[in-house]
Amino acid sequence: MTVTVNTADVGRYRMMRRIRSFEERVGELFLKGESAGSMLHLSIGEEAVVGVTDAMAAGDSFTTHHRGHGVFLGRGADPARMMAEIAGKESGYCRGKGGSMHIADRALGHLGANAIVGGGIPHVVGAGISYRNSRSGQIAVAFFGDGAMSQGILYESMNMAALWHLPVLFCCVNNQYGMGTRVDRSAGARDFPARAAAFGLSAARADGADVEAVHAAARGLVEAARDGRPGFLEIDAYRFFGHARMDKSPYRTPEEEAEGRARDPLLTARHRLMAEGLASADLDRIDAEAGAEMDRALAHAVAAPPPPLAAMFTDVYAPGTPAPRPQAARLAAILGEGVRA
Amino acid sequence: MTETTYREAIGRALREAMEADPAVILIGEEVGLYGGAYGVTRGLIDRFGPERVIDAPISEAAIVGAAVGAAMTGLRPVAELMYVDFIGMTMDQLANQAAKSRYMFGGQIGVPMVLRTQGGTGRSAAAQHSQSLEAWVMHVPGLRLVMPATVNDAYHLLRQALTQPDPVVFIEHKGLYTLKGDLDTERPDGAWGAPVTRRKGRDLVILGYSRMLHECLAAAERLAAAGVEAEVIDLRCLNPLDEAPLVEAVMRTGRAMVVTEAAVTGSVASEIAARLSEACFDWLEEPVLRLGAEDIPIPVAPALERGAIPTANLIRETALWLVTREAPPWAA
Repeated sequence: MTVTVNTADVGRYRMMRRIRSFEERVGELFLKGESAGSMLHLSIGEEAVVGVTDAMAAGDSFTTHHRGHGVFLGRGADPARMMAEIAGKESGYCRGKGGSMHIADRALGHLGANAIVGGGIPHVVGAGISYRNSRSGQIAVAFFGDGAMSQGILYESMNMAALWHLPVLFCCVNNQYGMGTRVDRSAGARDFPARAAAFGLSAARADGADVEAVHAAARGLVEAARDGRPGFLEIDAYRFFGHARMDKSPYRTPEEEAEGRARDPLLTARHRLMAEGLASADLDRIDAEAGAEMDRALAHAVAAPPPPLAAMFTDVYAPGTPAPRPQAARLAAILGEGVRA
Repeated sequence: MTETTYREAIGRALREAMEADPAVILIGEEVGLYGGAYGVTRGLIDRFGPERVIDAPISEAAIVGAAVGAAMTGLRPVAELMYVDFIGMTMDQLANQAAKSRYMFGGQIGVPMVLRTQGGTGRSAAAQHSQSLEAWVMHVPGLRLVMPATVNDAYHLLRQALTQPDPVVFIEHKGLYTLKGDLDTERPDGAWGAPVTRRKGRDLVILGYSRMLHECLAAAERLAAAGVEAEVIDLRCLNPLDEAPLVEAVMRTGRAMVVTEAAVTGSVASEIAARLSEACFDWLEEPVLRLGAEDIPIPVAPALERGAIPTANLIRETALWLVTREAPPWAA
């Protein structure tokens, strides 16, 4: 039997499996009591963002929302450094100062995850101005959730991108929930691409259960953005679990969850690859490799040392410029022995 | 050394910075064709074109947010907020994004941008166009804050701000744009972060900044006629701020008064007074006084507006009270 498997498709399956395995290990990190806090927002069910990250080129930049682990892995992140950051360790991407919600990496073009809904969206407008002015051919992509569709900053930003013909793509990962509020309880009109189109953007919606559909839509929008025609893509997905680790989703029914989880981008991809002739055992091997890799990332994060206490005072401002004065030094100057006349 | 205006000094600083560094861009409402609401950026769009002098829609949050993104990716943007009163529209981008990116991202991504804006009273612009909101900025770690009072400082502090690796909020005063003064492009009044003593004196220290500096200096002139020698210090830079010269002066005189045009509660004057009280406690003859605007919105009627904020006369009378302990006639 002839195998006609597209290696890019296999690559996207592998990346989606790595994302899911990573997110599962984030859950384990929390259960072990090793995560820095419980503000951990898993992107399980939203792995088809790989369709967008795969359409981007080296040098392209991006910002994400608080549920952005998958996007960052899709752009090439080292899971060990990510997991260490989520654990608040010095070997993490942000030396343990940002955590899950503020992970960033200049080298990979990650201009920052954001814990303010919509907060990172205008940054791609500014990056777009940079790339337009330098004729560098780069684009910038903002990833955000359906919650940000209710933030004014999105509309200010889309207007500017359209007005100035910036190389920018706005990507809404619609997982149907802003915390506990389902999108039909937050959106007066649910046609999100229509909103973007009204601002003059090329706009599309893709099935978040099908990474190849997302990729096909993203490829066109990414290339248009590179030509100064900014776009908007909605990925129609489902958030498989609660908002954050502590949320058991009491606001939705088991029936709804079962239906949503059936729209699994990993299953869709697996079935397609098997239909194309890939053996189940080959896919299992990919899964096992991803699991082992993420086990190593988890072990690294648990074993890594925390940052030294004095690190809290660095990087408030650039090195070589006046730094914050530690409170103890101020108090000693007032109350210390020999100070008072 | 040439005589020019505060407005022209700022415009010149922008023009020269843009000539020296192609990464410098301007973005804001009416900064291009209109030339700036107060005329500061007049002519710059003709010289540098619309890709570097960007007329933005009325979207303050995205103007500052775009400047953050531009700064992260190699540009050195100067965002303009037409009135500091509009800062509430931008506060997430300023306080959560610009201020914290370097820190949250472990030092990887700085935001070398300048936010130019202007505030203050004097034009009957009423409650939403007359405020002095610098305390909101000073409270946020990660933001630098400067407020020039003189023509020379308007030029040099802006040129210096445009060399800083971190976000700088540069607050002008609408009442100073027509101020004339000497500009020496070779010689700043002081280093970045250093307060400048504008007048020496032995009896008390009056600390002011922005337009209030001029009221403080006028008050000191009148105090001298009454035999009281006030030292007047211009704070200029509120972050960073080298406190050592302030502490030295207050220890030397034993009396200090901090003057602000902002509502006094929770103001920059409150913070400076607290620092001086802590640092100089055993040297103080009297409490460190704060003198600011009344804790009210700024009213539109010219007489009420004038009455709401410190004047040279109020500063003089309050200083005399502090030094002589003889109450002025208006004291109840």
